[in-house]
Amino acid sequence: MNTAVVTFPGSNCDRDMMVAIAEVFGKQPTQVWHRDTALPDRVDFIALPGGFSYGDYLRSGAMAANSPIMREVKAAAARGVPVLGVCNGFQVLAEAGLLPGALMRNAGQRFVCRDAQLKVENTQTLFTAGYEAGETITIPVAHHDGNYFADEATLDALEGDGRVVFRYAHATNGSRRDIAGIVNESGTVLGMMPHPERAIEAAHGGTDGRRLFESLARSLAEAA
Amino acid sequence: MKKRVFVTLKPGVLDPQGRAVHHALDGLGFDGVEDVRIGRLVELELADGVSDEKVAEMCEKLLANTVIENYRIEDAG
Repeated sequence: MNTAVVTFPGSNCDRDMMVAIAEVFGKQPTQVWHRDTALPDRVDFIALPGGFSYGDYLRSGAMAANSPIMREVKAAAARGVPVLGVCNGFQVLAEAGLLPGALMRNAGQRFVCRDAQLKVENTQTLFTAGYEAGETITIPVAHHDGNYFADEATLDALEGDGRVVFRYAHATNGSRRDIAGIVNESGTVLGMMPHPERAIEAAHGGTDGRRLFESLARSLAEAA
Repeated sequence: MKKRVFVTLKPGVLDPQGRAVHHALDGLGFDGVEDVRIGRLVELELADGVSDEKVAEMCEKLLANTVIENYRIEDAG
């Protein structure tokens, strides 16, 4: 399985993401730089990590969304290659138009850094097949701009199509309808503010994030 | 040629920064402040002949996020 993690200037969760993927997939991902103009051949999965790409200049994720490698990520996503964006990665996916809506400053104005309880709202995706329907899991959050916004019609459409994959069990950042993670129409692009790569082994304080990567690895192996 | 682009949050989009500044103004004893909304001003120094349509395209593609923001382009000499 060929996987890639994109590093932007200011990414700071790329190494954690690489460790998580390497552990679960059993093979080291390729680290791709924002200026690169190609992804690894026959890439099976791309992850956009957390951090503060370009120092959050202009808007979180806005500069990264227009970097050279994102043309390739968009093309791969259009071919159906699964893409996971975590935290800043979610902001980049929204800014790039791969996911609807926008991530705004937390309603409480504060940086939120703690474990969050998430309801798994849809277990029929590549990323969540390993969770139980209706399960509540614990995944750390660490963000300043995680307040998900979309207009009512978009929110209704997301809900109606089961595209709200993770929801905060408790109000966390002012997100509309407590949305923590959504997928695109085809269910192959997932953006989420919480950090599954920080909940991979017991030493992290929990392993609920591991199943996301395991679900994906299994889904990809079955499809191969 | 100079243009100013004002990027502002759309009506109805909650502005946490504006709300915090509003509270701070209240705290300083300024009466009569009914609402505060915070936006961004982008000054562009442009070669002659760059059209407003081109500037609008810059706004659509990068300077504003039209999911949550409006923009207005002004001549600035």
